[in-house]
Amino acid sequence: MLSRILATAALEFSIARRNRWVIVSVAMMMLFSLVLAFAGAAPAGQMAVDPLSVTVASLISLAVYLVPLIALLISFDAIAGENERGTLALSLAYPLARTELLLGKLIAQLAVVSIAVVAGYAVAAIVAFVTGGTGAAEGIPALWRLIWTSILLGAAFLSLGHAMSCLSRRPSGAAAMAIGLWLVMIVLYDLGLLAAVVADDGGAFTTDVFPWALVVNPADAFRIFNLAASGAVDAASGLSGAASSIAVWKPLAAIMVWPILAAGLARLSFQRVTP
Amino acid sequence: MTILTLSQLTKRYGDTTVLHDVSLEIVAGERVALLGHNGAGKSTLMKLVLGLIQADGGRIEVAGHAPGSPVARALTAYLPENAAFHPAITGREQLRYYLRLRGQPVRLADELLERVGLADAAGRRIGTYSKGMRQRVGLAQALIGGPRLMVLDEPTSGLDPVSRREFYTLLDELAAKGTAILLSSHALSELEARTDRMVILARGKQVAEGTLAELRADAALPLSVTVKPRNGQARRVAEAFPTGVVSEDRVIFSCAPAEKLAVLEKIAALRDHIEDYDVHAASLDDLYSHISKRAA
Repeated sequence: MLSRILATAALEFSIARRNRWVIVSVAMMMLFSLVLAFAGAAPAGQMAVDPLSVTVASLISLAVYLVPLIALLISFDAIAGENERGTLALSLAYPLARTELLLGKLIAQLAVVSIAVVAGYAVAAIVAFVTGGTGAAEGIPALWRLIWTSILLGAAFLSLGHAMSCLSRRPSGAAAMAIGLWLVMIVLYDLGLLAAVVADDGGAFTTDVFPWALVVNPADAFRIFNLAASGAVDAASGLSGAASSIAVWKPLAAIMVWPILAAGLARLSFQRVTP
Repeated sequence: MTILTLSQLTKRYGDTTVLHDVSLEIVAGERVALLGHNGAGKSTLMKLVLGLIQADGGRIEVAGHAPGSPVARALTAYLPENAAFHPAITGREQLRYYLRLRGQPVRLADELLERVGLADAAGRRIGTYSKGMRQRVGLAQALIGGPRLMVLDEPTSGLDPVSRREFYTLLDELAAKGTAILLSSHALSELEARTDRMVILARGKQVAEGTLAELRADAALPLSVTVKPRNGQARRVAEAFPTGVVSEDRVIFSCAPAEKLAVLEKIAALRDHIEDYDVHAASLDDLYSHISKRAA
């Protein structure tokens, strides 16, 4: 079983490398991190925190948008593409279980996301050390937390991408669904919550539903956990005020559970696919 | 030994019955061709045999095991119709992957590619391959591990005549070693009569089964006889064969297989008036279209 998963992962990683997904993802993360590392350093002058922590706080907002996007872009083709090429029927005629095929792809694509995340944050960290000196070392725990939570966030969205890939007959349809999912979960979800909070004006929604709604979305859970854990202030998010009022274990649990939940969802969707 | 058993297999998609009561047995070393137009149910039958889809009625056994079970999958090789492997990887990488899935050593990849004539292209990306070359990659992966049952969906499509011949030689070798082979085609002429038995499907129904000789005898298609009279003898010859049509100084008529000898005797008796003659048996395509039409 393990050898078949690893064989699938190895082949999938070769494909990702040749398709330039690795290069594109790393370049995207590095470029945006670099921009934020310089831009984020400007307002930090008055604050008593180290430069790396400031950089990490900016990177949180970046990761919330970029990591799910990269994950969905890498994963949407996984099943629909194979089905269109006719290789899905072949793979499934082999002694290869659907779970093994899906896991192999997930491992390879998670490796790509991890490389991109580490490379991007490393660039930002180096800038923080160069400009801030050894004081930046205080921010290392926050950076480490950002790295592993980003990888978990990526895992959740990779599996969601796989689910989209299973539910769509063609890769083009899967791409559209993946982008739609990104828009809804990353952009519209927060806007919707904000609008609801404003409309509710401190009512039951704001006190009872809103804190849970924030935690249930993996991207928001990721943001809140990182902000709360590092005690940083996120200037880019209107939701930051809420972060302080939510117990840290809640978003942490959401970040941990989502990759498993999404993988299960992908596996269930895969069962519906007829090659 | 029976490798594949299908009995009263039925498959429906909604209201459409794509396979109706199909029964078939293939023993070890036997090559069976599945013939039919596009949409006749060939690919559906194959996917049922592989366990990729489930039947609505009937029974399938692969060497006594359920289709799609781990044992059945380990015994079966498959070549899908028009398999297009990922263009970014090389032929060698693709084969190494399939070898690993079957728990075979990856060093066999080059050997397999050489067997299908792709040794020189092993290190090139599949994106640069022609259709025929991709088909050979598919064939190479089907050879892994000496399968007991091979299921080949239109294996010769995209192959040139020489490659097609090589392909059938390869099948002969496999069959000689005891592999049961089920292959599909949409034209009888493509098979070059290199299979032991044929099963013809039309709209999901089994309309004919047997060897080429049996199918020919059963159809009893007339032969076409062309007689070329000597100069000035056209009228004399035409009178001798009243059913004939005269065209471009030749007399053409058809004759039932049973009357073949009688016609030849008549031609021999007219040898002074005849310059040349030809007898054509019905072609494989004629035979196939006759059987398909009869079924309809």
